Amino acid sequence: MEELVWLIPALPLLGFVLLVLGGRRLGEPGAGYLATTMVAGSFIATVLVFVGLLGKDAEERLFEQTLFEWIPAGDFSVDVGFLADPLSITMALFITGISSLIHLYAIAYMHGDKDFSKFFVYMNLFVFSMLMLVLGDNLLITFLGWEGVGTCSYLLISFWFTDEANATAGKKAFVTNRVGDWGFMVATLLAFFTFGSINYGEMFSGADGMATSTATAITLLLLVGAAGKSAQFPLYLWLPDAMAGPTPVSALIHAATMVTGGVYLLTRVNPIIAEASSVAPDVIAWIGLFTALFAASIAVAQADIKKVLAYSTVSQLGFMFVAVGSGVYVAAIFHMVTHAFFKALLFLGAGSVIHGMDDEQDMEYYGGLRKFMPITAATMVVGWLAIAGVPPFSGFWSKDEILLGAYENNVVAWVLLLIAAILTAFYMSRLIFLTFFGERRWSDGDPEAHAAADEPVADDGARSFHPHEPSPLMWVPLVVLAGLALLGGLLNLPFTGDTKILEQWLEPSLFGNEHIATSGAAGKWTLAIMSIVAAVIGVIGAAAVYIRRRVDKSVVEQPILQDAWMVDDTVTSFMGGPGRKSFELVSWFDRTVIDGAVNGTAAVVRHGGLVLRRLQTGFVRSYAVGVGGGAVALLVYFLFRTTF
Amino acid sequence: MPPVLLAEASFPVIPAMVLTPLVGAVAVALLPRGRARMAQPLAVLFAVVTGAISVWILGDFDTADAGFQFVSEQGWVDALGISWFAGIDGISLFLVVLSGLLFPLAMVAVDPGHDHKAYFAWLLVLEAGCIGVFVALDLFMFFVFFEIVLVPMYFLIGKWGHEDREYAATKFFLYTMFGSALMLVGIVSLVVLHAQGADVDLTFNLVEIAETQALATNSARLIWATFALAFAVKVPMFPVHTWLPDAHTEAPTAGSVILAGVMLKMGTYGFLRFGLYLFPEASTTFAPLMITLGTIGIVYGAVVATMQRDLKRLVAYSSIAHLGFIVLGTFALNTEGIDGGLLQMVNHGISTGALFLLVGFIYERRHTREISELGGLQKSAPLLAGVFVLVMLSSIGLPGLNGFVGEFLVLVGAFNAHRWWAVIAATGVILAALYLLWAYQRVFHGRADGENETMPDLRFKEGLVLAPFVVAIVFLGVYPKPVIERMEPAVDRLVAHIETFVDDFDEPVADDGAGTGFDDIEVEEHDAEEGAADAGTPTEAAEGGAD
Repeated sequence: MEELVWLIPALPLLGFVLLVLGGRRLGEPGAGYLATTMVAGSFIATVLVFVGLLGKDAEERLFEQTLFEWIPAGDFSVDVGFLADPLSITMALFITGISSLIHLYAIAYMHGDKDFSKFFVYMNLFVFSMLMLVLGDNLLITFLGWEGVGTCSYLLISFWFTDEANATAGKKAFVTNRVGDWGFMVATLLAFFTFGSINYGEMFSGADGMATSTATAITLLLLVGAAGKSAQFPLYLWLPDAMAGPTPVSALIHAATMVTGGVYLLTRVNPIIAEASSVAPDVIAWIGLFTALFAASIAVAQADIKKVLAYSTVSQLGFMFVAVGSGVYVAAIFHMVTHAFFKALLFLGAGSVIHGMDDEQDMEYYGGLRKFMPITAATMVVGWLAIAGVPPFSGFWSKDEILLGAYENNVVAWVLLLIAAILTAFYMSRLIFLTFFGERRWSDGDPEAHAAADEPVADDGARSFHPHEPSPLMWVPLVVLAGLALLGGLLNLPFTGDTKILEQWLEPSLFGNEHIATSGAAGKWTLAIMSIVAAVIGVIGAAAVYIRRRVDKSVVEQPILQDAWMVDDTVTSFMGGPGRKSFELVSWFDRTVIDGAVNGTAAVVRHGGLVLRRLQTGFVRSYAVGVGGGAVALLVYFLFRTTF
Repeated sequence: MPPVLLAEASFPVIPAMVLTPLVGAVAVALLPRGRARMAQPLAVLFAVVTGAISVWILGDFDTADAGFQFVSEQGWVDALGISWFAGIDGISLFLVVLSGLLFPLAMVAVDPGHDHKAYFAWLLVLEAGCIGVFVALDLFMFFVFFEIVLVPMYFLIGKWGHEDREYAATKFFLYTMFGSALMLVGIVSLVVLHAQGADVDLTFNLVEIAETQALATNSARLIWATFALAFAVKVPMFPVHTWLPDAHTEAPTAGSVILAGVMLKMGTYGFLRFGLYLFPEASTTFAPLMITLGTIGIVYGAVVATMQRDLKRLVAYSSIAHLGFIVLGTFALNTEGIDGGLLQMVNHGISTGALFLLVGFIYERRHTREISELGGLQKSAPLLAGVFVLVMLSSIGLPGLNGFVGEFLVLVGAFNAHRWWAVIAATGVILAALYLLWAYQRVFHGRADGENETMPDLRFKEGLVLAPFVVAIVFLGVYPKPVIERMEPAVDRLVAHIETFVDDFDEPVADDGAGTGFDDIEVEEHDAEEGAADAGTPTEAAEGGAD
């Protein structure tokens, strides 16, 4: 059934085409249901391909399908072709699965929007692009998907374009990603120069014994691309701003799927990383580590619920980069999948809260919402425990694998990552406590209610909140995702070889480049307990600040953290200041120097013409002198020439 | 030396293509004054017939033939060896088709406002000239067409342009005229020196001169320089580009479309046909210089584009960046690079042509091109905005749309030849996103006020004009193979031509021997191909080691 692989991206593409042609006529909610059906169909097709692969022996689980020649020029040739192997199908399964749920959710979330059908046009195009990214059998098809998801991200971030901030955020996302794309492109050029092909199969069979320096260069260039797409330092800047998009977009694109593209790419090229100097994976790990810590520290102090989740995503992606850099690819993919479950859940939950709270995103206005939105609260609690790393929720298992890998790679890295894990548990607990627990800081009347916390304020009609549970279209996906966030750990339980399902399944895609843990059982138990302790410390710490109020929150929410270490501001003021000045200088140079030279020449000629006009004396004698002189000069020239 | 195939045509399609618009121009000019309103339909009719012939040529073109097809030859000034000698090969094919299709669309798209008869007559003269340039295989004939196009364009800008039209028209005319004045000297010297060197009668026959290569190295280099200056101005390349923003900005919409879509390609086409083909040694010698200027153009054009306040000026500077890619690909001197450059010529014509149309439509409605005067147009004109997004993404080089294929192949070719230049040129993709998205944001996003709020969306006719552009943008992005296939034999022949006549030149190709893990059969196949392409010269490919 692997032959159906083309159908996986084809269905969302069909949805896109149909919606472009007739989406407006279909209107609401028809356009949404059409889009959802297409993505669900794509999920079914993925399951069929998955079953087909399962039916084969492990080493034969690789299916390539070429549709047509895309760009054949000279020695360069690249096909529109798909590669169905355990890695790509794992990706496709959770992408289509989660996409279906989020599409369903979005039908309710986008209710009443005048561009309802356009939203689903972009969403289906996104799913198509994302599937091309993971299913492509060569670097260029992956790049096609890579750019496609970036474009959809741009279109969806600036979806509510009348707000200048949304438009700016969309542009920033695209341009920042383009910086990464430069790395991807140059890596592709170098790969073609080296292997004479950019087909994964041909590249990997040529990788064995390739020059270390080339492998290192390709890895680092791809890392530039991956850092852009997966929002790693310093290219993470676009992701927090990307929260300007509708919340289903944040859940799907900026948490569950697109941003994992970089991790996928690095995992895909593991045979090249294996040939690279050890510097390359170290750089990957340290960038991931720094990002994980850095973003987690910022998440601690954010007031906007979506900003917390955004920085959390950046931080969690950092964990995955650490895994890739430590050679534990399975852990990276495992965490990618569980993260997709719980982070999509958390975003959709946040969307539900925002929806119920009249589009208010500041957690200062929340509090005690669990009584009003019990389903949202319950499912988000599951997501919280999963990301915090509390067993038996899924996040515990995958994060533990990464910590183990980091420990065996470098103990310092492990310690730092453990601190990031504590921070993770802390900021997520803070989010949950501020939103669902504690006293109400909102009222059905006054917006300033939170200032006078407990005292009910008269309803003056200015700003009233009426939190309520959303429609089933919205909460059913929440419940399903909560189930997945709870049970996701079953994919890869570390107890015996047989329970490591994901590790066995992914083996053929990793060509033996997976780092196999060397620690004994005692060591592993110790590490696991340490990570549970870390989670508990984080939760208790948050409770002390936000529930028991033993510590004032101002101790935690430092201004520098609220301002995200001023990195964004610094970069922005550099771009707006010296950056812009230098561009203006070039523009001035063009106007004044280059074009000035042209107009200057013209002016000189014009004035010169007035002078030269005096030569037109009308005397035949003087003309004759000129003609004669010219003739002599020509004669001399040609005589001189013939001696050559 | 392999004989060049010169396939005669069964029907003189090339003379028909050049003459149809000329006859049309006369017919339009002769319309009685009271019937001036007939000028547009009549002109469009002639342009459509010309376009139909170009499509017929496309259909009848023999894909496998690397030589010139549909050749037509007719004595002209026998004493000087000047003749009407025209033909089409894979290098000129799509430029001819592009001209054939762009002209009718540009004529339909926008109404000139006044003096319809003269306007459409000049456009038809321009079309004849453009097609003439791309089919000419006689140096004299080429020069005549190359210069003649200046006249109608001068009048189109000067008479139907915007505020500063006279300054722009004069600058355009004088600048490009001075650029090509030396080329005439070059052509005459070339013909004379060729006759001396090869000991034959005077001839302006391009194929004969190119395939004989009878010139001394130094003379060839000097003459190459006269050609190169003319082409560099026409392209235009940094630093001789400043006539373009003025001309583009002040030209009427149709003028900008044709200028960007067709006329700029005369320079890049010239480099291939009259640079690489006529002067292979000089072209390889000066390739580093050209690549440097091309790369500077890519970055410089993009940086200056970013700071423009006028929408048309912005698109004009983006053209300089895009044409930098074409120069880069051309002087990479390998199949990938030249293929990419050729594709980029076609793609730039489509994307930038469409961009100028869209800007023209906005101008017709809002009577301004100032970016700061516009805003929030996506709300009042969602369809126009949608098409703009697509065209913009194509111009940015999004994979799956046409712009990417050419740019990427150029980079592949350039990387194999001079990798660091390709690395720098690739930054052009970042800058392209910057200036176009920023412009889009300021024009289409945000809140609409005043006239922006009530600006009408695309009319049916305008949508109809844009539809072929949209189709081409998507089709050429998804399935460029039919185009590449038709270009490649001629490109391969050109590269082989350079290899034949330049002793120490081998096509710069990928160093794909590094993969020792390839199974044996594949490696053998590859070496066999390589050997054939390099005409027996030893290749480095099998040496192994990536660095």
